[in-house]
Amino acid sequence: MTNDAVLHTEGLTRRFGGLVANNNIAIQIHRGQLHAVLGPNGAGKSTMINLLSGDLRPSTGHIFFDGQDISGFSADRRSRMGIGRSYQKTNIFPTFTVFENCRLAAQSREPHPARIFSNALSYRTVCEAAERAIELAGLAHRAQRHANTLSHGEQRQLEVAMVLATSPNVLLLDEPLAGMGAEESARMVELLQRITPDHGILLVEHDMDAVFAVAKVVTVMVNGEVLESGSPEQIRGSAQVQVAYLGAEDEHHG
Amino acid sequence: MNRASDVGEPVLGAAAPAETRLLRREVVLPLFALVLLAFVPIVGSAFYTEVVTRVMILAIFALSLDLLVGYTGLVSFGHAAFFGIGAYAYALLSPKNEAASLWLTLPAAIGAAAIAAALVGVFVLRTRGIYFIMVTLAFAQMFYFVFHDTDFGRGSDGITVNFKPDLKLGDITLIDLGNSNQFFYFVLAMLVAAFLFLRTVLASPLGRALHGIKVNEHRMLSLGYHVFGYKLASFTIAGTLAGFAGYLSAVQSGFANPEILSWHQSGNVLLMIILGGTGTLYGAIGGAFVFALLEQVFEALTVHWQLLLGLTIILLVLFLPGGLSEFVARVIRKPVREHADDE
Repeated sequence: MTNDAVLHTEGLTRRFGGLVANNNIAIQIHRGQLHAVLGPNGAGKSTMINLLSGDLRPSTGHIFFDGQDISGFSADRRSRMGIGRSYQKTNIFPTFTVFENCRLAAQSREPHPARIFSNALSYRTVCEAAERAIELAGLAHRAQRHANTLSHGEQRQLEVAMVLATSPNVLLLDEPLAGMGAEESARMVELLQRITPDHGILLVEHDMDAVFAVAKVVTVMVNGEVLESGSPEQIRGSAQVQVAYLGAEDEHHG
Repeated sequence: MNRASDVGEPVLGAAAPAETRLLRREVVLPLFALVLLAFVPIVGSAFYTEVVTRVMILAIFALSLDLLVGYTGLVSFGHAAFFGIGAYAYALLSPKNEAASLWLTLPAAIGAAAIAAALVGVFVLRTRGIYFIMVTLAFAQMFYFVFHDTDFGRGSDGITVNFKPDLKLGDITLIDLGNSNQFFYFVLAMLVAAFLFLRTVLASPLGRALHGIKVNEHRMLSLGYHVFGYKLASFTIAGTLAGFAGYLSAVQSGFANPEILSWHQSGNVLLMIILGGTGTLYGAIGGAFVFALLEQVFEALTVHWQLLLGLTIILLVLFLPGGLSEFVARVIRKPVREHADDE
């Protein structure tokens, strides 16, 4: 199967004992396109991100990055290839400053482990990449603060800043907006729109307004399977999705 | 000291006056200690000069372990193996009836410790946490019995070296290591060098990455770091430095026996850095001195001195979990060190 997607899967399946968390998933992420994944809790969205990032290995099925089968590659190797991810549960270096969190992330692109007599802060490109990511994520005023003194929302911003600092081609973002205030959310949505042209982005998110504002393709997952995939309009109009997910949501909101 | 407030300093530019004052304290206090140490051979007896020399060698050993425990998050219970290998390499390479050359034996000892640490590291670093502690202990015990039970290491008596190694350039003796005062200053210089070396390494990209691994190994993997390789580098550097300390120890004592790589020795050096506080480097040095001091004091008091030592350590861990360096940090009103909450 020829495929111009930067990241795509074939028959991706992951079982936890008897539970099939991801069943036969085929998903495509194209450069310059934001692909959102919706689904109720337990639909297998995070499992899918973990499979794509290499935090989990698939039970069966394949993952292709630029046409290469990376199903067996470790998480660090995939990161070095250009697949960056953020975590749903904030996963930062709490005792480091915001700057050092991002500098360490940027350093992963030119690690120089053998230069043990050089000062890590003397690498201009690394420091600049870190500062740029901090700026993009809207944390410039917090650069010197220790990460564990940030508010929850700011830590979520840092989570995204760290991914950006690694200059990935593909971003896998696991609920980046969860816990952010309205202002930060708006800022993050704007950021996503700004970086989408040069990146392939997979966005797992519960915030419907944000998803429909930024996504070009929306995939809805239910019970570990893809229910439907299409443009935001198609998904909005889909009876199947209405019943399985959006319908329930609408009722919920009255 | 690798405090987090140092991290990323250039972005802000000029340091605040309060920080300058702290920085001055950070420099002045160790320099003061260094000057005090330098006076030991002048004012103290030959006995105390030798005792302090031994403690400084142990301080280098403790520094090497702090790189693992305090900065990489790897609690090794077998670090004495590399100390012992350094010592045995020296003893085995020293001829019976004449002095060995330091230029030959020192690189050989350091090289042997480095190779051993890299090989052991490849295996033990596949485990983590309590398993890592146990597997490092197992490897160290293996080395212990290799030297204890074979002719190669001359059994439980070990090997005696009759001559101190030469430190010569051409025909000129640079330092007479047989002279206990000269040896003292040589070891003091090596302690300072080891400290500065580790400080430099910790500020390098490697050191920063190691610290990241200690704080959040999972995220380091996800950021694309080859975590295993980094841990192996740390384990090898630490083992090599331990081998260097072992070499100095054997030069001083004139022998290498299995006891120096026993699990007691691995435990003692762990206690030193726990006493002093891990992840500060200063703590490792201070811990070595305090440990030796407690040993001397309690030994003079009672034959059950180990009981007192154990109780002291339990109390210290209970009331001062960051060790003595945390106490000192509180006294000079420094902000709490950055990874008091790492563990």
